[in-house]
Amino acid sequence: MSNALGETEIEVPIETFPIHKEKDSSSQASKLPPHRIVLILIGLALVASAALFMRWDWLPQYGGLILQGLWRTIWILVVTVFLGFLLAVPLGLAQASGPAILAIPARAFCTVIRGTPLLVQLWLLYYGLGSLFPQYPWIRGSELWPYLRQAWPYAVLALTLSYAGYEGEVMRGAFAGVPKGQLESARAFGMPRFTIFRRIWLPQAIHRALPTLAGEAVLQLKSTPLVATITVVDLYSVASRVRQDTFLTYEPLLLLAAGYLVITGIIVMLFRRVERLIPSKLG
Amino acid sequence: MADASIIPAGITGIFDLLSPVAPGWGANLLRGLVRSLQIAFGAFGMGLIIGTFGAYGKLYGGPIVRDLAAIYTTLVRAVPELVMIILLYYAGTDLINRILEGLGYQRVDISGLVAGIVVLGFVQGAYATEVLRGAIKSIPQGEIEAARAYGMPPTLMMRRITLPAMLPHALPGLANLWLISTKDTALLAVVGFSELTLETRQAAGTTKAYMTFYLAAGALYLFITLFSSVILEWVEKRARRGMPSVKEAR
Repeated sequence: MSNALGETEIEVPIETFPIHKEKDSSSQASKLPPHRIVLILIGLALVASAALFMRWDWLPQYGGLILQGLWRTIWILVVTVFLGFLLAVPLGLAQASGPAILAIPARAFCTVIRGTPLLVQLWLLYYGLGSLFPQYPWIRGSELWPYLRQAWPYAVLALTLSYAGYEGEVMRGAFAGVPKGQLESARAFGMPRFTIFRRIWLPQAIHRALPTLAGEAVLQLKSTPLVATITVVDLYSVASRVRQDTFLTYEPLLLLAAGYLVITGIIVMLFRRVERLIPSKLG
Repeated sequence: MADASIIPAGITGIFDLLSPVAPGWGANLLRGLVRSLQIAFGAFGMGLIIGTFGAYGKLYGGPIVRDLAAIYTTLVRAVPELVMIILLYYAGTDLINRILEGLGYQRVDISGLVAGIVVLGFVQGAYATEVLRGAIKSIPQGEIEAARAYGMPPTLMMRRITLPAMLPHALPGLANLWLISTKDTALLAVVGFSELTLETRQAAGTTKAYMTFYLAAGALYLFITLFSSVILEWVEKRARRGMPSVKEAR
């Protein structure tokens, strides 16, 4: 007690503008208050006890398979987000300012994709289309047949369409939200229509949609495990195989959840970095 | 030639396959639809309850409650629903049974319906927490302060002021959650609960008419979505009456 009193007696000089100092000390205090240290310690203890008391001896045996599954999950995620975004731009544009003949089908597509579960879409494409194709001899004879017999093209197609459906709606709002004056002034400069789109409209729309794009990319990651139901070997299906082989309930699933958490964190970080690259004094 | 022989047979076959009477599989699909809706309603309701507590915890709770709520929403929203469902469905039932055995009780068989509702409700709760938290924060804070100044006890204040005042702000997010909840029921097909998607898969697998059944299931889901969005729009309009329209404000 006396010590504490003694410390307070060493007077802190009165500052007329204590803004910076207070900001620093308060932010440092809010970073790690005591209860949070305890929570972190409890969390570490949980992780440590999971590492010590659970069975992890299967890890080296399945290491290669896990890496392969991880690679395939990320590959599917990146490819479908990229292709889906390419599809979403015309979908959004058609809905935002297209003629009715384009806007209505685009709107219908987005409604159908957003109104049905991805699992049904995936199974419709894989089992439905997959059962139709062999009936036509010219498809069986074509060069594409070796690919159409595998599962991953259907997985990529379903996830791409799904992402395009959700993102098309976002891009519609983003295209519609670009201030009219920007487009009018571009037209006043005599820019051709495609140049206006490339230089003015699309960049500003993407900038507007970027925070949502990050969220949608995380949602897309969260729907990738569905491809395991049509025999694509992704991270999730590796985990279920481990569960079947070793009869372990918790360990593979916990590792799987942790893996998805890490990938989510990386996606969020990447998008934050991209967002920071763009000067945010638009419009 | 092949097409010509297949298509007429297909068209006459479709109605036989989808008819609700015994040789057709329509009754199975409708049963699955009812189960899906039961789970969606249950999960949405449970999500609302968890979400209300979560939002109150995040806004008014102590530092530990706030951190725990943040961990809950972050974890659940970052891990895929399918993984959460498998984790909670298998590991959860296993854990409950182990605890029961440890306490000297008999193992219980948890019904698929209850497990499905609890699992999806747990996931929905995380999203509902965020929606409701945002809605409570967008109430003019003077209203809550005034209620507190009148000396209202917290539950009365919640019932009379906070919940009614936040409803218009929460409805768009909650409508979205309801649509997600109807679609997430399809994931329970993976753990073998026979809702609409699994019934469809069984019907399609038995009859080999994959296209017909998956399209029918898709149409049913789409019907639910469109029907509920009409109703939700009406509810939202009613809840927002007297307030400036969101669309005009933009």
